[in-house]
Amino acid sequence: MKYGYYPGCSMEKNARSYHTSTLAVAKPLGIELIEIDDWNCCGATEYIAINKVPAYALVSRNLALAADQGDSKNLVAPCSACYLNLKKADHCLQENAELKEKVDISLDAGGLSYDPGSINVQHLLETLSVDIGLDAIKAQVKKPLHNLKVAPYYGCLVPRPGTMESFDDPEHPISMDKILAVLGATVVDFPLKAQCCGGHMTQISEDTALELIRRLLKNAADNEADLIATLCPMCQLNLDAYQDAVNSHFGTNFKIPIVYFTQLMGLAFNIPADELGFGKEIVSTKSALSKITDEAPKPKRSRERGKKNASLPMPIMAEEG
Amino acid sequence: MTDMKKSPTEQERVGVYVCHCGSNIAGTIDVAEVAKWAEKNPNVVVSREYEFMCSSTGQELIENDIKEKGLTRIVVASCSPHMHEKTFREATERGGLNPFLFEMANIREHGSWATNDKNAATIKAKALVNGAVERVVHHAPLEKIPVSINPNTLIVGGGIAGITAALELAEAGRKVFLVEREGTIGGHMAQIDKTFPTLDCSACILTPKMVDVGQNDNITMLSYSEVESVEGYIGNFNITVRKKARCVIEDLCTSCGICEEKCPQKVVDNDYGAGISTRKAIYRSFPQAVPGYPVLDKENCTYFQTGKCKVCEQVCPTHAIDFEQEDELINFDVGNIILATGYDLFDARKIPQYGYGRLPNVFSSMEFERMVNASGPTSGHIVLRDGETEPKSVAIVHCVGSRDQNYNEYCSKVCCMYSLKFAHLVHEHLPEAEVFNYYIDMRTPGKGYEEFYHRLLNEGTHFIRGRVAEISDANHHADEEGKLVVQAENTLLGIQQRNAVDMVILSAGIQSRHDAEDVSKLFKMGCDYDGFFNERHPKLAPVSTMTDGVFIAGACQGPKDIPDTVAQAGAAASQVAKLISQGTVMMEPVRASIREDECSGCRICNTLCPYGAIEFDAEKEVSRVITALCQGCGTCVAACPSSVIDGAHFTNTQVYAELKGILWDVQEEVIAKQEAI
Amino acid sequence: MTDTYTSRPPTLIDKIIAETPGKASNLYACLQCGTCAGSCPSGPDMDHSPRSLFAMIDSGMEDQVLMSNTPWYCVSCYYCMVRCPQEIPITDIMYTLKRMAIEAGHFKEIDKDKAPEFSETFMDLVENNGRSFELGVVMRHHLRYHPISAVKLATGMGLKMITKGRMDFTPSKIKNLPQLKAILKKAKELGGVA
Repeated sequence: MKYGYYPGCSMEKNARSYHTSTLAVAKPLGIELIEIDDWNCCGATEYIAINKVPAYALVSRNLALAADQGDSKNLVAPCSACYLNLKKADHCLQENAELKEKVDISLDAGGLSYDPGSINVQHLLETLSVDIGLDAIKAQVKKPLHNLKVAPYYGCLVPRPGTMESFDDPEHPISMDKILAVLGATVVDFPLKAQCCGGHMTQISEDTALELIRRLLKNAADNEADLIATLCPMCQLNLDAYQDAVNSHFGTNFKIPIVYFTQLMGLAFNIPADELGFGKEIVSTKSALSKITDEAPKPKRSRERGKKNASLPMPIMAEEG
Repeated sequence: MTDMKKSPTEQERVGVYVCHCGSNIAGTIDVAEVAKWAEKNPNVVVSREYEFMCSSTGQELIENDIKEKGLTRIVVASCSPHMHEKTFREATERGGLNPFLFEMANIREHGSWATNDKNAATIKAKALVNGAVERVVHHAPLEKIPVSINPNTLIVGGGIAGITAALELAEAGRKVFLVEREGTIGGHMAQIDKTFPTLDCSACILTPKMVDVGQNDNITMLSYSEVESVEGYIGNFNITVRKKARCVIEDLCTSCGICEEKCPQKVVDNDYGAGISTRKAIYRSFPQAVPGYPVLDKENCTYFQTGKCKVCEQVCPTHAIDFEQEDELINFDVGNIILATGYDLFDARKIPQYGYGRLPNVFSSMEFERMVNASGPTSGHIVLRDGETEPKSVAIVHCVGSRDQNYNEYCSKVCCMYSLKFAHLVHEHLPEAEVFNYYIDMRTPGKGYEEFYHRLLNEGTHFIRGRVAEISDANHHADEEGKLVVQAENTLLGIQQRNAVDMVILSAGIQSRHDAEDVSKLFKMGCDYDGFFNERHPKLAPVSTMTDGVFIAGACQGPKDIPDTVAQAGAAASQVAKLISQGTVMMEPVRASIREDECSGCRICNTLCPYGAIEFDAEKEVSRVITALCQGCGTCVAACPSSVIDGAHFTNTQVYAELKGILWDVQEEVIAKQEAI
Repeated sequence: MTDTYTSRPPTLIDKIIAETPGKASNLYACLQCGTCAGSCPSGPDMDHSPRSLFAMIDSGMEDQVLMSNTPWYCVSCYYCMVRCPQEIPITDIMYTLKRMAIEAGHFKEIDKDKAPEFSETFMDLVENNGRSFELGVVMRHHLRYHPISAVKLATGMGLKMITKGRMDFTPSKIKNLPQLKAILKKAKELGGVA
């Protein structure tokens, strides 16, 4: 299956591991990722704060290039902010005639044009969980990640892409949980899995951002996670590179490695760790990954043995499938 | 005007009355001019203008002119027919003419109220009056159609609304068929512990009425039953009810309860028990059930699922268990129907950030209601989900699923009051506990309601004005550990607060029943966007529907509390009683009829009729209009490819004449042009 | 504009709604319920909670609104927007307020962390390279405003990032930068600032 591929600026250096591991797992899954030639920065959360039409024009150049170049109508963005910007721009151009007109004129000044709706923007998680499907992923698992307790962390923008509908629940997403489960890992469904990592607040008001990061790390640790799996370079950076700052600011002692979920997929697919970008994390993954066993862990025994159960029945949640 | 062709009905003598309606019409339209102009029509014998035609003096003008001037047709140019068509038809009738020899021209809503341009309005008024005059000479006298009213009534739903309506009619000496889906009547009110604002024990005030229903000879109670089909029309409905098999022979059962006691199969009671208590596979919802016969839940019965057990049959002292019992179809006729099908509670699982269903100590309002009830699973003790621990702090969240574009836009009306009630009950059962009510607005409009709020303020409840953003077990600090954190902005302070409590109660809103749309289709009436049944008029006719003979009462019409429900049930019963005591109802004759000799039997009209009012005579191979069901919409008249359907009072001749009359000035130009050539 | 029949001259709330894409007119329907403020992760650090800011907007307090640090503390997590019972596009309104604050020139007074300048620095580099350049942004921003912590940053986290090979020393450029510049130049003519 062919997909247009928009890596985004972070994938070049800061999140190189995400890029490497994405390409590594794409191959066995039969996904061909064709990088858009000469793509530019999506503007992150910065341009839209300054100037509306240029911000949309900046993003639309990428959409125009993707439409011109690709064999595929689909454009995959692994970075959550890039995903949001691309998808939102396409959506707003469809909804807002005045904006579309101005963007059209701007693109034309660069010899480009874009017909809104002609590109289908997807986040990488969406491509894997919806298009490829759990069965195809499971088929590639050669070395299950037994006994590894992984906390899937979604961040904000994938579950809540603005006014648009997300492919997963905005408050309690589960698509990454399901992928990690077929990889054989023990999924730690921690309550703050879709809370904000602080984004660029680390540069604006470090105290605010560090508190947000602390909460996430604490919650994952309270739920006994060995590591946290992310799907966004910003989240990975904040949770990983600022973990030391959190520890010194709050006097905590977190040592939770932060990896990309594609890296874990690669490990389960038995792709060598150095081909998956391991080793670039500030907080080392060595000790966490050493917990992986060859055998699946035995199921936990129910704590209530012989004690009369006085508890009241819980409401039944809909099948999570 | 003199160039207009003389109408074939030139002997008709028309009286025209142009109303001022104070300044409503006269302020914009030159009514004197219109009246004078109308006189020029050869059929018009008298043309008057008057201040208020709808007044008794105005009406007398019509009556006297008919008698004194031998008028044969009447035209009134005034307001909308919705307002006074009936008034003027009756005046016409009192004058000695058939009321349908009258036509109205709406020069107010369609004229003086549509524009400030006096010239344009006057020109239009003339055209409308002319159209009415041209039309009315083609009117034929019509007679209202008598329909007899069967004195029996069907009431669907055995909650407090259905029970009230049933007793009203039964005590008036009328026969009632009361159909209830569950094994017992009582509805949601039977689940409630105390009712606001009086804090009456709900079961104590309800069960006497349930017993009355059970014992009243005029009420045939069909429990564990559903209406399967409805045929007919007002005064003449034929109903088929499916009485589901409860596997208990009612004539033999003494309601001793041994079968229930000995049944080995326990299941979670998701209906009466709101999912928080258990019942057996053969069960009565509650001990005071009326009727007292248990119901066997085949889906959870060991015998029906695996072929083993049958303990209930063995222990029953009167051999009343019958595993072979089948559903029964019961057919009967009624004259009127009252729908009192009640509501569903909003499912709080739809709001993931509130944690209902994931976090054990988040409870829905109905779960809490059952828990705090002395006959509930904890004998009325307020405890956490573990069934043992008493909470030291309770948060009550208002507006769950209501006033929210993401779920239900409307306000559910009762939740503020029952949230206050819960606060009171927590104070009463756990005097040491802290109670926090999170609200957006405090809505306490009823009698004694504001005083109830005052009481709760005095009981030391903490009221926080702020809609709860999220409820979580993720603690930020050690002192939040093991608790539920309620995060909301205290808007009166402008500060975001995190409140660590032991228990949260979600005051979920009221919703229409999940199958309300299907039910409305069965009874040939409509639902609104939220699934509540459509009333005929939201202000003036809240319990009748657009379908004659079908009435609605209670929460199925919209969220409301018990006093309003009882009032509506009484109102619906009263409307039914009115029809029954009239014995015969005269229906508007503006309906369609098919000229059967000319009908080719193509049946196009059959499926087009929105009221199902056309039947096909298979023997004669012709279609026939069921006059009483026909609402005179005209769809079949227009659709018939052979034009063999007549719409009474809207014949082609009448409609064309009106058009020609309205377009009088265009015609004149055409005629003048032709003459010039 | 409103769904009703007013023909009054546009007020602050009208202007904000006109400038925000999406169903921004839902802002008229704000119930002041406080869900946005209750959900906001950075809410406690804002001058005014989002809800409070909307009350100020409705009262026409233009200067105080544009001088508030509230929009600059918005982390774009979209919780408020997803949960708002009136479906107000709150995050998008925050972006509009940022743009309006810059246009009004109020940002100089907002707060010492100079959030607007961070965005401008970031975008300056994007406009001149076609790609973002983190080291450049961080250094310029911190050196200008927090020179001491800039050194700490550089020797602490910055050093670690460099040793792990996660930071570029020089910006990367796109090939057809003239094309991008032409597009943005035209867009600025059409877009103005807000």
